[in-house]
Amino acid sequence: MSRVAPTPPRDTAVVDTAPAAQPPSGRIRRPQQGQPRARGPRESVLSRVSAMTVMAVFTLYFLVPIWWLFVAGTKSSTQFTSTNPLWFADFNLIENVTNLVTYRDGVYLRWMLNSVAYAGGGALIATILAAMCGYALAKYRFPGRETLFNVVLGGVLVPATALALPLFLIFSQINLTNTFWSVFLPSLVSPFGVYLARIYAAASVPDELIEAARLDGAGEVRTFFTVSVRLMTPALVTVFLFQFVAIWNNFFLPLVMLRDETFFPVTLGLYAWNSQVNQIPELRGYVLIGALLSIIPLIITFLLLQRFWRNGLGAGSVK
Amino acid sequence: MSRTKRAVVVALLTASTVALVGCSTGGSSASGDADAAACEPSTGQVDLTFTSWIPGIEDVVDVWNEANPDIQVAVQTGPNGNGGTYQNFFNQLKAGNAPDLGQIEYDALPNFRVQNGLTNLAACDGVLDAQSDFVDWTWGQVNFGEDDAVYAIPQDSGPMAMFYRSDLFAANNIAVPTTWEEYAVAAEQVRATGAYITNFSQSDINQFAGLVWQAGGSWFENDGTDWTVDLTSDASVKVADYWQDLIDRDLVSTNPPWTTEWDNAYNTGAAWTWDSAAWGANSIASGAPDTAGKWSVAPSPQWEAGDDSSGNWGGSSTAVFTGSEHPYEAAQFALWLNTSDESLTMLNESANLYPAAKEGLNLPVLKEGVEFYGGQPIYDVFAEASSTVSPDFVWGPTMTQTYNDVSDGFKAAVTGQGTLLEALTSGQTSTIDALKAQSIPVKE
Repeated sequence: MSRVAPTPPRDTAVVDTAPAAQPPSGRIRRPQQGQPRARGPRESVLSRVSAMTVMAVFTLYFLVPIWWLFVAGTKSSTQFTSTNPLWFADFNLIENVTNLVTYRDGVYLRWMLNSVAYAGGGALIATILAAMCGYALAKYRFPGRETLFNVVLGGVLVPATALALPLFLIFSQINLTNTFWSVFLPSLVSPFGVYLARIYAAASVPDELIEAARLDGAGEVRTFFTVSVRLMTPALVTVFLFQFVAIWNNFFLPLVMLRDETFFPVTLGLYAWNSQVNQIPELRGYVLIGALLSIIPLIITFLLLQRFWRNGLGAGSVK
Repeated sequence: MSRTKRAVVVALLTASTVALVGCSTGGSSASGDADAAACEPSTGQVDLTFTSWIPGIEDVVDVWNEANPDIQVAVQTGPNGNGGTYQNFFNQLKAGNAPDLGQIEYDALPNFRVQNGLTNLAACDGVLDAQSDFVDWTWGQVNFGEDDAVYAIPQDSGPMAMFYRSDLFAANNIAVPTTWEEYAVAAEQVRATGAYITNFSQSDINQFAGLVWQAGGSWFENDGTDWTVDLTSDASVKVADYWQDLIDRDLVSTNPPWTTEWDNAYNTGAAWTWDSAAWGANSIASGAPDTAGKWSVAPSPQWEAGDDSSGNWGGSSTAVFTGSEHPYEAAQFALWLNTSDESLTMLNESANLYPAAKEGLNLPVLKEGVEFYGGQPIYDVFAEASSTVSPDFVWGPTMTQTYNDVSDGFKAAVTGQGTLLEALTSGQTSTIDALKAQSIPVKE
């Protein structure tokens, strides 16, 4: 992996900086690079068009439901059934949001905060743990290292859903079900994160650098946090994002663990409301607008972190 | 080498999972029915937990807590029963931390009974006497026909009647049907105007069960030990053939229920009637807002002219789980919750629950004219229907599976693959298999 990685980012770096510095050069250089494959201009137009088509189709495929959700979120309940589902009627977004956040003393906001706490806190700690574990597995030699790694790797294969019921029974033994911890604690481990951190640490943190840090008198913990973590940032951002999304979307564990709605994450709360729509049709509107608002934190997280992700990828691989 | 290691890892993981699951089954000591002597009041303050998915139930429980400082009830909540709460109940019974009380729909009660999850409340003060407070058939749902047994307190019910577009029937000079025969004739006349008389719901199998219930059928029977499955009784066959005929002649639409297209069919006048439960009044009012004032409610069409029978769709009860240390107090709370005017009024206002208690049917809120239905006091029709529901319909212990299997068959049938009767026949077979698989004694 380390041998392959440097090439593509170097290209990216060139493309990124070139337009700013000297716009024409980028365009001039491209045909030169393409010369060995000179037969290809017609092919490249075709492939570009087809690639764009595929991407456009998929973009549409992914965005139409969100568009629908947004449009539905702006409608009053009477217009929801009677108007075009993909276009606006009277714009009631503000009213809908107000109704949602005031319904039953703002229980929805509580759910959102819970989700942010579960996903944000859980992903942060899970990332730190995975980074330490993966780093240790990559950089220290000790007996049982491979066995340990393989056990963790085995953990990747076990779906979280399959663990929910055993976890419930264990937490029952220690009377921790129906608490914040019953959802938070199981979210702190990310076998995939350990795997990724190990692979990435092995590839991006040179032993010589660690050696140099040691020679300069830094302890192992300090070396880890001041040197290695920085080199591992792109992987860690990836781990954080994956874990954040996984916890945010983890619906089954809270469903099994929680009874008190003050601990519900937003997914479970909306699901509970949705299961009542037959008898209490007003809830449908709340479910729709609630679902719309519940994707905002995910979007924000991605927008904020993708920058680190890309920059980091380049930085890590150039070194 | 790595392959063997991996195999070891997998084996270890599997073993630990099995051990965990083993633990749990070993730990369950649900001992079944509480015997009569067990239901004594506790001394001191009692704290109860109550799981229910009714939105707004907290407010009702607050009223109780205010008036009963010695019996404090804490509300727990979740999705509706089949949405996960029943499974949670079973998990909790297994883990020994089930709540004291839980909401259970009538069609799920036998499942909990078979798994020994319910406390027999018959010995608790006032429970047996409460029988006369409830509509007769609801009591049959909670004692399973056993004397000296009460496994839950009835909460709400869903007696069925026919919602219909009185304006369209009048404008097109079509007589409002009072028998199913007239209904089929009216269906042709309605179809001639371009609309459908109703929508046949392909996945609401409990609505279909309500229609069979009205026709005098029952899907299950229990003689104390053995279960009999009877999805294909004469009454079932009659109802299935009747609707199959309407489907075949394209006289009913077959939109999936509870979807926007379904709502829209009612909202635009593409569907004219709906034989549904009391709680359905609100479904139409919110799903078809443009038709306010144009609906009325009449008794369900009958199989024989002059008959007077109704089906039921839905309804739930409040049960006390095995393992509760305070069945006496739990029973007192359940009785108050489901019989007091105060509680029933609040439940009706917050969740449209239609009471199972006789007195509850006379609540002032259920006597008023309803604006959406042109000011008609529609709940009088449902009160009448409630008194004509047969007490003999019995649910089976694996209704989730039965619903799923029959629903699969119905979905196929409405698209022309097979018939409703075939769906019931295969549901019959698979239900018997499911019972056998759970070692529940079943007669064939």
